[in-house]
Amino acid sequence: MIFQDFLFYFFSAILIVSALGVITVRNPVNSALLLVLAFVTCAGLWLLLEAEFLAIALVLVYVGAVMVLFLFVVMMLDINLDRLREGFWKWFPLGAIISVIMIAEMSAVFMGKHFGLEEMPNPSPQGADYSNTKELGRLLYTEYVYAFELAAVLLLVAMISAIALTLRHREDKKSPNPSKQVKVKKEDRLRIVTMPSEKKE
Amino acid sequence: MENFEQLFVEIFGGEWGSMLFSLTTNLLFIFAIVVPLLLGVAYLTFAERKIIAYMQVRVGPNRVTFFGIPWLRGWGQPIADAVKAIMKEIIIPTGANKFLFILAPVLTIMPALAAWAVIPFSPELVLADINAGLLYILAMTSMGIYGIIIAGWASNSKYAFLGAMRSAAQVVSYELAMGFALVCVLMMSQSLNLGDIVNGQQGNSMLNWYLIPLFPMFLVYLISGVAETNRAPFDVAEGESEIVAGFHVDYSGMAFTVFFLAEYSNMILVATLTSIMFLGGWLPPLDLAPFNLIPGFIWLLLKIAFVLFFFLWFRATFPRYRYDQIMRLGWKIFIPITLVWIVLLGLIMQLPESMRNSFPLNIWF
Repeated sequence: MIFQDFLFYFFSAILIVSALGVITVRNPVNSALLLVLAFVTCAGLWLLLEAEFLAIALVLVYVGAVMVLFLFVVMMLDINLDRLREGFWKWFPLGAIISVIMIAEMSAVFMGKHFGLEEMPNPSPQGADYSNTKELGRLLYTEYVYAFELAAVLLLVAMISAIALTLRHREDKKSPNPSKQVKVKKEDRLRIVTMPSEKKE
Repeated sequence: MENFEQLFVEIFGGEWGSMLFSLTTNLLFIFAIVVPLLLGVAYLTFAERKIIAYMQVRVGPNRVTFFGIPWLRGWGQPIADAVKAIMKEIIIPTGANKFLFILAPVLTIMPALAAWAVIPFSPELVLADINAGLLYILAMTSMGIYGIIIAGWASNSKYAFLGAMRSAAQVVSYELAMGFALVCVLMMSQSLNLGDIVNGQQGNSMLNWYLIPLFPMFLVYLISGVAETNRAPFDVAEGESEIVAGFHVDYSGMAFTVFFLAEYSNMILVATLTSIMFLGGWLPPLDLAPFNLIPGFIWLLLKIAFVLFFFLWFRATFPRYRYDQIMRLGWKIFIPITLVWIVLLGLIMQLPESMRNSFPLNIWF
């Protein structure tokens, strides 16, 4: 148990420092990289809670795909820090309200005693051959299948609308059509002309 | 083994003794994986140069002998290359972000080595026998891209940055097709554990391997693997003729060598995964006397070498893809093929028991 406690504090310390870094560091690329570090340490914490599927999915989806594209965009942007800071005091009240709400929500977690948390049984530790992935899959595709499908359709709609918003048809576009290219025969392109050989002057 | 554990417990006391013991055994196991892997990488570069040379009717490296043995001409070349790389200076460009510039090669090699933790070499020989092995592999290989992006950005050079951008888009696109191909494998084996995946291919002959029911997925996985490791014909991230050497144009000496090591150990990793998931891992091709007497580890090595040969063969044969063709292949061809195959497999799995038990479906399901 001592070793697990040590790991917990180790990961938590890195998580807090890197999360603070995300919002304080000046360079947006460094900030995005610190966010990646925060995700990875968060996955480590979830592994300690025996949620190995969620931990690996976090690394796979957020670290492996979402943040790569995010970095991609951040690196391409030419961000002017002075202009970003212009409206700081104008937006400060709104930001303050949102953060107060978030703090209140998070502190509700610590007040579980007043919501009857003690009546719930403690999660029992599972054996080594217990597969978290299988259980999650079973729940998602049986009990919560409608919610799951709704979420999937929502994402599909979002994806199609994003494509529809940015898709432009240009008249002067010159792009090859691979299926036409493949179908081309020798006769379509090449004409062999027979002509008598010429004499040297 | 138990005697050694006793020894540790006696020296360091109860709890600490067994903890130190497991630490030592694990470290030794890691050592036993990484050292042969890096040697394999060194000699893979040699094999690549030799094989491509013979395909192009040349001789290849033949100057550096191995301890002066005349018929091993060229065999000292990888060692000579390594010594040369260590001696060279690491130049850090003036405009570069120094910390990230040094961090990038480390971030590239780390996942390439970490993924080996869950690879089973024979039925008992595996460092970490975890349930979510396949997911772990996917997560680790998807992290390898960071080294390339950071290297491209930190070098503060346009060529390096272009290479990093190309590579990022390419790797993210091919990861999808790769993931879907692996979904087919886990539908067949009903397990994410790599050892169970190999055991699911057990039978009388190589007909039981997933190569046959999942043949299109095998092709998709192999080609995506080539794209994922940025190898020819998908090496637009390096594209010598267009962007000099892409993301590692500003790297020299050992920092460059670490990128090189990571690329080749990723190649070996993809070859190993292909042999585990489609070519039956440590299983012999025929469960008959001369074949099943050879230890499983040798079979796995032979299969890895076979797949690696394809990697080298591709490089010697195909010209580099154009960038839009790469994207078209990944998004418009591979992903639809894998999706159709997933639906097909799902339909077969839902067939009534009597139909699944008849020939030829009873071999695999």
